[in-house]
Amino acid sequence: MDRALVLHLGVIAALALAYAVLPAYHAGNLARIMVLAIYAMAYNLAFGYTGLLSLGHALFFGAGMYGLSLSMQHLGTPVLPAFAIALISAAIVTAVVGALALRTKGVAFMIVTLMFAQAGYLTALYFSTWTRGEEGFVLPQAMRQIAGIDLTTAMGRYYAALVLFAATLLLIGHIVRSPFGRSLVAIRENEARATMLGYDVQRLKWQALVISGTISGLAGATFALLFGYAGAGFAAVPYSILPLLYVLLGGAGTTLGPLVGAAFMIYLFDLSSDITDAYMLIAGVVLVLLTMFLPQGILGTLRARSVRWLP
Amino acid sequence: MAAVILQTWGLTKTYAGVQANTDIDFTLPRGQIRALIGPNGAGKSTFVGMLCGRIEATRGSVMFDGQDISHLPAHKRIALGIAYTFQITSVFGGLSVHENVALAARRAGGNEATVAGVLARVGLSDRADQSAADLSYGHQRILEIGMGLAQSPRLFILDEPTQGLAESEVAEFKALIRSLKDTTILLIEHNMSVVMETAEYITVLNHGAVLAEGTPDEIRANSHVQAAYLGTEDA
Repeated sequence: MDRALVLHLGVIAALALAYAVLPAYHAGNLARIMVLAIYAMAYNLAFGYTGLLSLGHALFFGAGMYGLSLSMQHLGTPVLPAFAIALISAAIVTAVVGALALRTKGVAFMIVTLMFAQAGYLTALYFSTWTRGEEGFVLPQAMRQIAGIDLTTAMGRYYAALVLFAATLLLIGHIVRSPFGRSLVAIRENEARATMLGYDVQRLKWQALVISGTISGLAGATFALLFGYAGAGFAAVPYSILPLLYVLLGGAGTTLGPLVGAAFMIYLFDLSSDITDAYMLIAGVVLVLLTMFLPQGILGTLRARSVRWLP
Repeated sequence: MAAVILQTWGLTKTYAGVQANTDIDFTLPRGQIRALIGPNGAGKSTFVGMLCGRIEATRGSVMFDGQDISHLPAHKRIALGIAYTFQITSVFGGLSVHENVALAARRAGGNEATVAGVLARVGLSDRADQSAADLSYGHQRILEIGMGLAQSPRLFILDEPTQGLAESEVAEFKALIRSLKDTTILLIEHNMSVVMETAEYITVLNHGAVLAEGTPDEIRANSHVQAAYLGTEDA
């Protein structure tokens, strides 16, 4: 077994043990961090590995969230089929948006994805009869279980989050080291050169985006299921920016950077709000310092300075 | 197998009214080492850009190995067996030397042995783990050529490969080009010693059109070429 896989399995094992060791409050935080890390890992595949700076991933997160929660709420769909609906919704939305948005590059791509996501957010508000708009709705507690495992308990929630986190980490860890993943990195590094080596750059970027969007949808569905709530706020601009920040902080193009970045930022907000009501100010200063002194993110810097093999 | 690997008819490129290339008819026999020369701005890069699909032709057609590739996107032309090295060094800076070559080899069906073979051939084996951005300029040029070799192309287009290379590196380059059997080479080059010592046949472009074609001796003796090009070699 290679070092990267050992590291990934080690992190998963540590997270599995953490629930037993940590106080309930931190275990609850960690469950949330793992779900958001799934989202950030998905974002990282597009941004960190393929170089696609999307500002519209909230659309894909929201597609998964609403795919699951609307079908559970209004059609009474059980959890697993509702998950399937969530993934299919996110995949279709990403496939269509990707095909259109990838006709642009750079800043134009950022703006086009932002606009699509904004359209998605407004759509959720428009159909407030079903979505309840910003206010959102709570998923029926009785429905939130898989095979008799109650996902409304702290433990059920934690281990459900862990299973999906582990699956995503191993999948992405595999993808980025496969020939497909290496060709995505080539596109990030030098798109013109990748084309002139015979790579179908447009198709590869689209494939990367569809995988990224579908996993983002998985994260959105998981969030709704585990925390029992779906609202239009999760499809709004901040939820497009958050995964970008997690990835930048943790280290773009590193497999574990999204987890580190999500944990860092969530605890940064958490700890600074203990100190003052102006916690955004403290968090902001820390973020500025971090980007100034660690521009490659925490794990990115670690990889550049010492641990060269870091996946 | 046809004796001609590449042929163009009336290949033309117009940029906002300015003709960069005008009606270029060009025939390249299989296995030949051909140099493409001409003063700066003669349209050499535009011409090869239209061959490999980086630049869309305004009109005209390109035939490669018996197939009309005029409307194929660049990546499909490359997949047919064309390799192209950039005039301005274009490697994957953030990736290792090995990974650069592997990316080129993998797409063309090569394996680890291909990569090792290419690295040994261009003398970069002991730098395989360095990141490409850390290489000297000369080594980056050589890496670029190595990436082309790793594609095992049937037609290898090199756009000013020796630009900025040291004297000794240029000598190695000449030897490398001459050692490539079974590969047709189209070489854009300003360095006359490279052209005269490697090319079997030369095409001269001037003002976007073919000025002359012939063997190195014929081109050297051609008065039109002397007037347009050799007389102002520094241009």
